[in-house]
Amino acid sequence: MYTVSNRLKIASIILMVIGAIGIGIGFVSMPGSVQEAKAMVASHDDGHGGGHPEEAVHPAKASDSHHEASEAHGEAHDSSHDEHLLHQLQNRPWAALYVAAFFFFMIALGVLAFNAIQRAAQAGWSPLLFRVMEGITSYLVPGGIIVFIILALSVAHMNHLFVWMDADVVAHDALLQGKSGYLNGPFFLIRAAIFLGGWILYREYSRKLSLAQDESDDDTNFKKNFRASAGFLVFYLVTESMMSWDWIMSVDPHWFSTLFGWYIFASMFVSGITVIALITIYLKSKGLLEDVNDSHIHDLAKFMFGISIFWTYLWFSQFMLIWYSNIPEEVTYYITRIADFKLPFFGMIAMNFLFPVLLLMNSDYKRLNWFVVMAGVVILAGHYLDIFNAIMPSTVGDQWFIGIPEIGSVLFFAGLFIFWVFRALSKAPLQPKRNPFIEESKHFHY
Amino acid sequence: MASKVIHALYTDDDVLMHAVKKVKLAKHHIEEIYCPFPVHGLDKAMGLAPTRIAITAFIYGCIGLSVAVTMMNFIMIEDWPQDIGGKPSFSYLENLPAFVPIMFELTVFFAAHLMVITFYMRSKLWPFKEAENPDKRTTDDHFLMEIEIHNNEDELRKLLSETGAVEINISEK
Repeated sequence: MYTVSNRLKIASIILMVIGAIGIGIGFVSMPGSVQEAKAMVASHDDGHGGGHPEEAVHPAKASDSHHEASEAHGEAHDSSHDEHLLHQLQNRPWAALYVAAFFFFMIALGVLAFNAIQRAAQAGWSPLLFRVMEGITSYLVPGGIIVFIILALSVAHMNHLFVWMDADVVAHDALLQGKSGYLNGPFFLIRAAIFLGGWILYREYSRKLSLAQDESDDDTNFKKNFRASAGFLVFYLVTESMMSWDWIMSVDPHWFSTLFGWYIFASMFVSGITVIALITIYLKSKGLLEDVNDSHIHDLAKFMFGISIFWTYLWFSQFMLIWYSNIPEEVTYYITRIADFKLPFFGMIAMNFLFPVLLLMNSDYKRLNWFVVMAGVVILAGHYLDIFNAIMPSTVGDQWFIGIPEIGSVLFFAGLFIFWVFRALSKAPLQPKRNPFIEESKHFHY
Repeated sequence: MASKVIHALYTDDDVLMHAVKKVKLAKHHIEEIYCPFPVHGLDKAMGLAPTRIAITAFIYGCIGLSVAVTMMNFIMIEDWPQDIGGKPSFSYLENLPAFVPIMFELTVFFAAHLMVITFYMRSKLWPFKEAENPDKRTTDDHFLMEIEIHNNEDELRKLLSETGAVEINISEK
């Protein structure tokens, strides 16, 4: 049995406290009115594009006879612009919270998918890691509930993360009216509840069967788990795709992409596998997973390597198709990202592709724990940026910054994640006893 | 003077592995082992150096990538930067996404083909090459270990028969 060390427990609580303070600061410093918002931008207006060229151009273009009219128009434009700015600044702490909440939730969900695949494929190498995976997926419950609460608060108009939830905007937007059959508050929450309910249900059922298999004297629990995993994968494939439309793509409801679900899947899958590797290496360094050898780490690192490339393939396929055809209604998605998010947008490619590819290509390096940890940390940071790049441009736009609200949110959820996952790890023996493949896994050698 | 070699034949890869370990322990140099299929771990037991073919493949891949970049930069950007469908041909970076599929394919093409050719050259394989098989049965169900004899024929014969060889032959090489 594993017991959580006090140091780890205290560290996770400290992370949560510091994170909560950071989140609090983000919400307190949120501007309440247009004047405050303007003052905030004016106080550090050097970085974000400076003045607004349209305003300078407007009077020059107008002829004398229409001068007054154009001035009135300029003022109307100005005040709607200010309102837009206010909403962006008000969104920032919410978006920071949402990105971090979703990022850690998606790690647990990615591990759940990996776990189901290992069970459905009857993999011979991984049963030793099942308890680590189950520990990580335990975060689905608190993480899922938090994400659901944030979504429910959005539906309750506590924030402006999802523009299609704003009745005024929909009233003036024919495109959103056309989509309102799918994108409406109640249906949105019902869908989210079904997704989360299904995932959590499989997680709890599979965990129960996995523990029962240890105590039983036949393989019925194992077979049930196999069937449940295969069924879950079908459910997951459909719901994950819809989840990505609902929770991520719909922050930008004018834009759509068909491979988006796969793209988000690749991101969560590689993050999940990376976290499995990191926690396995941690537990092994404490001498708790004696039968886990270099070859298991090697296999996890191969998955990290391969799925990183898979993610890049999907990222590039989405980017290149849109860049190539350059259709105005869909290319704006990348125009805003390249204009306002140049460093995170392209930095993420280096972190999620170049770095793992070059580091994890060598077979010997994949067996070195510190190498895998180093690559893993960069991959996780890169996929945080990936979610950041997906949410921020349409919620905070050019007012983005990775400051106190963002880092505070990450720290808070990292603390919660560590606390919850290691608590779950301490609830069952770290090595399954009667899994039919456990002997093969113990002697796994590559 | 033509040297003599001893050929020990085995019918099981497990027996062969044990025999290899025993022969290595007795400090005899194994010239060659002929197998009908790859025996997992045989190279390690024989103490063969690991292959460097993956390193060559990486280098070939880098060459392929450079060829693709140089070629398209010259043709599309430097030599005749036409406006084709509004694609920006002012610099390589601006039109990079359009070049990536070719960059990828040429990297794979060079890495794969040059690595295969390297393999053929290093293992001396080509059409019309005369087969170097000492015993036809080694392509079907027998394993053959070849050891050179240095005036120690009896000792070797005794050692090999102890390792479970089904047949021991001496031949001129």
